[in-house]
Amino acid sequence: MPGKLKAKIVAGRHLPVMDRASDLTDAFVEVKFGNTTFKTDVYPKSLNPQWNSEWFKFEVDDEDLQDEPLQITVLDHDTYSANDAIGKVYIDIDPLLSSEAATVISGWFPIYDTIHGIRGEINVLVKVDLFNDLNRFRQSSCGVKFFCTTSIPRCYRAALVHGFVEELVVNEDPEYQWIDRIRTPRASNEARQRLISLMSGELQRKIGLKVLEMGGNAVVGYLQCFDLEGESGLVVRAIGTACTLDKLIPGSASNTNTHPNTAPASNACNSPSKEIKESPLAHGCRSSHNSPVHSACSSQRLSHSQNFSVSVPTLVFTGMGSGISVGKEAGPLKTLLRQQAQSALEQREFPFFTLTCFPPGFLVHIGGVVSARSVKLLDRIHNPALGNTRSYKLLDWNSVAADEPETRDAWWEEIRQEIKSHAKALGCHAVVGYSESTTICEEVCILSASGTAAMLNPRFMREGCLDAGGSDQRLSRQPPLGMVGSERAEGEVSSSWLGFDDASPPSCGFCHIPYDEFNMPFPAQLTYCYHCRRQKVPDVLFTTIDLPAEAAVTGKGCLIQARLCRTKKKAQGEVNATAISNLLPFMEYELHTQLMNKLKLRCMNALFGLRIQISVGENMLLGLASATGVYLSALPAPGGIQIAGKTPSDLSYDQHISTMQKRINDTIAMNKELYNIHPPECIEEVVGSPIPDRQRSRLFRSTSESSDELSELDLSHGKKDAFVLEIDDTDAVEDIQSLLTDAPMPAGFYSCNTEVMPGIYNWTSGLQMFTSVRVYRLNNANLTNQGLNKIFTDLCENLLKSLYFKLRSMIPCCLCHLNFTVAVPEEELIQVAVTAVAMSFDKETQLAADKALNKGSGENEEQLQFSMELCGESTSSNNQPTAKPSGLPESAMTHSSSRDRCSTWLELLRLKAHTIRRGSVKTTSSSERCSPLPEVRSRSLRSTRSLPCGAPVTVVKMTPLSFLPRTRIVKYLGIINMFFIRETTSLREEGGVSGFLHSFIAEVFAMVRAHVAALGGNAVVSYSMKECVFMENPNKNQAQCLINVSGDAVIFVRESDQEAIPPLITCGQTSTTGADGTT
Amino acid sequence: MSVELDVFVGNTTIMDEEVYQFWLDGYTVNDAVKVRMEGGVLEECEASAEVLRSDTMDQYRTFQMCERLLHSPAKLANQLLFQIPPHRQAMLIERYYTFDGVFVREVLGKKLSKGTKKDLDDVSAKTGVTLKSCRRQFDNFKRVFKVVEELKGPLVENIRQHFLLSDKLARDYAAIVFFANNRFETGKKKLHYLTFQDFAFCAGQLIIVHCNHSRVLMRPALIGKEFLQDLKELKILITDKDLLDQHKSLVCTALRGKTKAFNEMEANFKNLSRGLVNIAAKLTNTKDVRDFFIDLVEKFIEPCRSDKWTAGDMRLYLTHYTNSAHILDTFKHQVVWDRYMGVIKSCILKMYHD
Repeated sequence: MPGKLKAKIVAGRHLPVMDRASDLTDAFVEVKFGNTTFKTDVYPKSLNPQWNSEWFKFEVDDEDLQDEPLQITVLDHDTYSANDAIGKVYIDIDPLLSSEAATVISGWFPIYDTIHGIRGEINVLVKVDLFNDLNRFRQSSCGVKFFCTTSIPRCYRAALVHGFVEELVVNEDPEYQWIDRIRTPRASNEARQRLISLMSGELQRKIGLKVLEMGGNAVVGYLQCFDLEGESGLVVRAIGTACTLDKLIPGSASNTNTHPNTAPASNACNSPSKEIKESPLAHGCRSSHNSPVHSACSSQRLSHSQNFSVSVPTLVFTGMGSGISVGKEAGPLKTLLRQQAQSALEQREFPFFTLTCFPPGFLVHIGGVVSARSVKLLDRIHNPALGNTRSYKLLDWNSVAADEPETRDAWWEEIRQEIKSHAKALGCHAVVGYSESTTICEEVCILSASGTAAMLNPRFMREGCLDAGGSDQRLSRQPPLGMVGSERAEGEVSSSWLGFDDASPPSCGFCHIPYDEFNMPFPAQLTYCYHCRRQKVPDVLFTTIDLPAEAAVTGKGCLIQARLCRTKKKAQGEVNATAISNLLPFMEYELHTQLMNKLKLRCMNALFGLRIQISVGENMLLGLASATGVYLSALPAPGGIQIAGKTPSDLSYDQHISTMQKRINDTIAMNKELYNIHPPECIEEVVGSPIPDRQRSRLFRSTSESSDELSELDLSHGKKDAFVLEIDDTDAVEDIQSLLTDAPMPAGFYSCNTEVMPGIYNWTSGLQMFTSVRVYRLNNANLTNQGLNKIFTDLCENLLKSLYFKLRSMIPCCLCHLNFTVAVPEEELIQVAVTAVAMSFDKETQLAADKALNKGSGENEEQLQFSMELCGESTSSNNQPTAKPSGLPESAMTHSSSRDRCSTWLELLRLKAHTIRRGSVKTTSSSERCSPLPEVRSRSLRSTRSLPCGAPVTVVKMTPLSFLPRTRIVKYLGIINMFFIRETTSLREEGGVSGFLHSFIAEVFAMVRAHVAALGGNAVVSYSMKECVFMENPNKNQAQCLINVSGDAVIFVRESDQEAIPPLITCGQTSTTGADGTT
Repeated sequence: MSVELDVFVGNTTIMDEEVYQFWLDGYTVNDAVKVRMEGGVLEECEASAEVLRSDTMDQYRTFQMCERLLHSPAKLANQLLFQIPPHRQAMLIERYYTFDGVFVREVLGKKLSKGTKKDLDDVSAKTGVTLKSCRRQFDNFKRVFKVVEELKGPLVENIRQHFLLSDKLARDYAAIVFFANNRFETGKKKLHYLTFQDFAFCAGQLIIVHCNHSRVLMRPALIGKEFLQDLKELKILITDKDLLDQHKSLVCTALRGKTKAFNEMEANFKNLSRGLVNIAAKLTNTKDVRDFFIDLVEKFIEPCRSDKWTAGDMRLYLTHYTNSAHILDTFKHQVVWDRYMGVIKSCILKMYHD
């Protein structure tokens, strides 16, 4: 009996009227955990009942604690007929199981009903008493922390990065069970919600076990997905990166002058890994499927005899190649590095990392994007009771049933192997920024995986690295503060940390090729690094990770999207799967071409955060690639785009081409201005191979031809090199047209799909997270590929335009983490969902910073390692007289406090800007932004006015990023992973499909906020909406929607606050301790 | 290609004040888009009509979802569905309860019943306020009426606390409720020149000064039971000839040489005094209360206006008229007189304009 769960129902408010006669409600509450149920008394005739119940106590296994949610049902008592359900609240207990996260869950939760939505609120208190259990065969993994954040969480340091963990569980979808025909939609939805909640709990527990097995104590970059396979079942799968995290002492984290190394290893929390080390591990954990979920699923089975699978030849995206050859060992340095890394990585099945942001020094080199897709045919569940022709299955019935998840496992295994081999081909031993996804249409399922091949610093993965002493202080260099500028400024790095004398400087090191230049895996033009001039770099770099903090970037970045639509004949089964798999390589190729063209058009040379999504519909395939383009200072300047006609004889044709060329050139020039890209003039070509300075790389329309280019290899790459687009058919014309039709962003807006925008540093605390969903109906059935492409492109562009318009009040601002998800929910329907955050920044200081940056880069480009540091220094020395009065100490010119100095400098500039505008130093607007005080004050003012239910609602910020600008995250409270279904049978009355979805999304936000607030938090970071499945039947006046969201609940404090006082937690504790004494 | 579904939901609810006003004014989405386009938002932000339409639809939906909460504004502060900063909440509430002067003038003093609501389309046609907006405003009046009807305590304060309105708006609502409760006649042609603010001011006078904090506080305290007899006693001022003459001479002595309209004042004194004292006496009859304003205009304001009194003349006259009564040795009802005249004086001064 390792745990005692306690729950107390305090009160309800705003309940719906359940009794028409009295306009009141006789409410009571059922509290259920596992198979135990408690009830409160009926509180008669009130819409604001005060139950103030006793503590309901559940004595349960910690295994159940991890799997099961606490289920709270509010009902209306009815003497003569059955009690009516008002709604439910599911509370995930998991955050209470980790000693570091929340200690109590206390607050108002929206009462949710799958048919009516939110119906009032209920105040609940939940606590858990855990008993230490050293059972060596335990199935639980309490205490392993989970983070959605794909970087090392802000108040931790990574002692060790263990590597890839994955797991999946399978069950039958309740929606497709026979019983679904007789039960109500409400019962069906609730069964589904509960099942998925159970399955995610189980999955998390199993992953936790694997982490413990590896000796870790946390999972970072936890990515959980659902595959609604329809009749063949429901798969919940997750991947993540196992780490050993040490909590940073808040004091040392806030004080930058303290040496980072002072965060002692002894602070390695009360990690379960320690506990586990003492007792031998139970290795049988993984294969045991004894959870209730599995026993339920064993009554059905999945025949996998007719498994159909097509493996799609995959492209490796680096530069512009599309072929793969195995790279051989290179110079001695690389060999050494590789050997070290390999020894650290070789025992791992998959050296994958779901992280996209790394501690400085972790990433050594980047190879390029690797991706793999595979088309699979899902099998129907054959109910043996109905008599099945394949009777042999009945014999080994149990084993087959237990085998089922293994099928899906095998599918993913196959894909991961492919990724691994791609990475190897790029001379890399690891894959970072790794993610997996699926798209399902009827019985066809495309599995996709992608990541960035990379060389990693082996030190982070070796056992006992903590004991290695001083040389490992790098690990704790993880910037503790949420400000991006600080991160950049903090980058001074001693070159000896890598253990190699000739290690590359970190600002360009990751760009250097990991593969052998004489035996390249694909054609690329190599030059010596424009930064250190010592190592070779490719001309273009594509990655799925975030821009490394230490990277030197010229100008700003921008969102680049490639969009593609391909028609497909309707088909069934294998024919369909073959057709799809035949189309895929072409789509990938075209998306890649589009990305490349758009990148050149913006005069940039690298893509970060690349995410390619391919979605299947019955009669079309959609492809959407999004990435953030940047100009890496270390890489050569991209050449322009040249258009070459096929029939040069025709005069009018020539004219047409030249006007187009002019438009392209104009656009490039305009973009350079827009993104502030003024690369330093190319000094002189150090690599003096006398090869024609106008190397033409042709871009052909078909893949087969491109292989011709493979043999050719060119080392030189002058700045005049142009990228030639040959117009040899109408497709190409279309391409160019679409290239130019991308509408420019309105003034004051920037956008990116990565964590932060390169080139913008001075965020204000103003932010707005949003979700926007659009569904389009294609009315004319007979559309060509071009027609569809145009529609799809317009659709995305219009959506972006709408976003810009909506958020115009935040100008100047940047849309960060702009994450598009496309789907084809039905024939002729295209659904696009976007979740992103708009963050405003300070224009005055930005301008100044830009200017300083340009000046600095013009003066001594060679020494420019950390643009931010440099600009901070140069400007502060220029402004010395003005800086002094503000109390900026001159002694601050030591390296360790460069961040401090920078932020002060920014503050100063901002202050000055305000002074100029308003003529007074004391400005209200800046104080409003920086300190939470006015907000609090106005709220308390308000609360004296508002009548019932005293405390005001906690403001909960949400962001898809891993940080909140100008704040410091002081505590992670646990993972938020919620799944909701909403259904309606009165669609018109609820305002049509838009009204229905609008209120549902608002409700989902509300429920996430309520859970975070109840945990004592005030923000969700790394928030994402992973699933939004919308189905409608307007004729029947019905609609249904499923939404899955996740994120990390945190407590943040504003940077200006001196003392870090976690809000709310304390009051929650005091209120519960009193009641505790009675137990 | 058609947009089947289009939603935008922000963690902090985005609301455009301009669009909110369109929604409150009962504009359809199409009309609102048209007006916005003319307003020049487009050039400002390089957006298309489609974008504008999508934005307007989103906001209209948000407002519709919020409307339920606005009906009991206290809920807005502790609901969980929308995250709205407190100052925006205050704006939403204040604007929702703000009404059109022209509209309220039409329904002022009418019973807030279903019958009146049915006639709103006529009001809408007459005032140019959309029917939708008329209905919202009417329902607001009714809602406030219903809530404060059952509450104890000062009227304005009750409204302010319960509906989280600004002091000014709460006072206006108090006036509306007061008028509705007493069914004051305001629709007569002679009263057309009076604005809502005139009436609101008078209502304020009648409520503030005379309402003792009791359950009957929505009735003018001039009608309070203990006051009834006292008001009748004032009649002595016009029935007792000596008293009337004495009063007149006192007033005339004080006024002589101070105003151009002195002759008219002197000539009309008896008529005017009769008018005012008769109104007081009439107030004792509950049914006659509703004629308060029309009486005031017919018996006092109109005669003065035809004699071309200035506002200054009026103030001077009323001051001396009130004060002179104190010197009359046989007049014993000084307290009642002061109370009555205080209200009447400020009402008349407010109402005395073109």
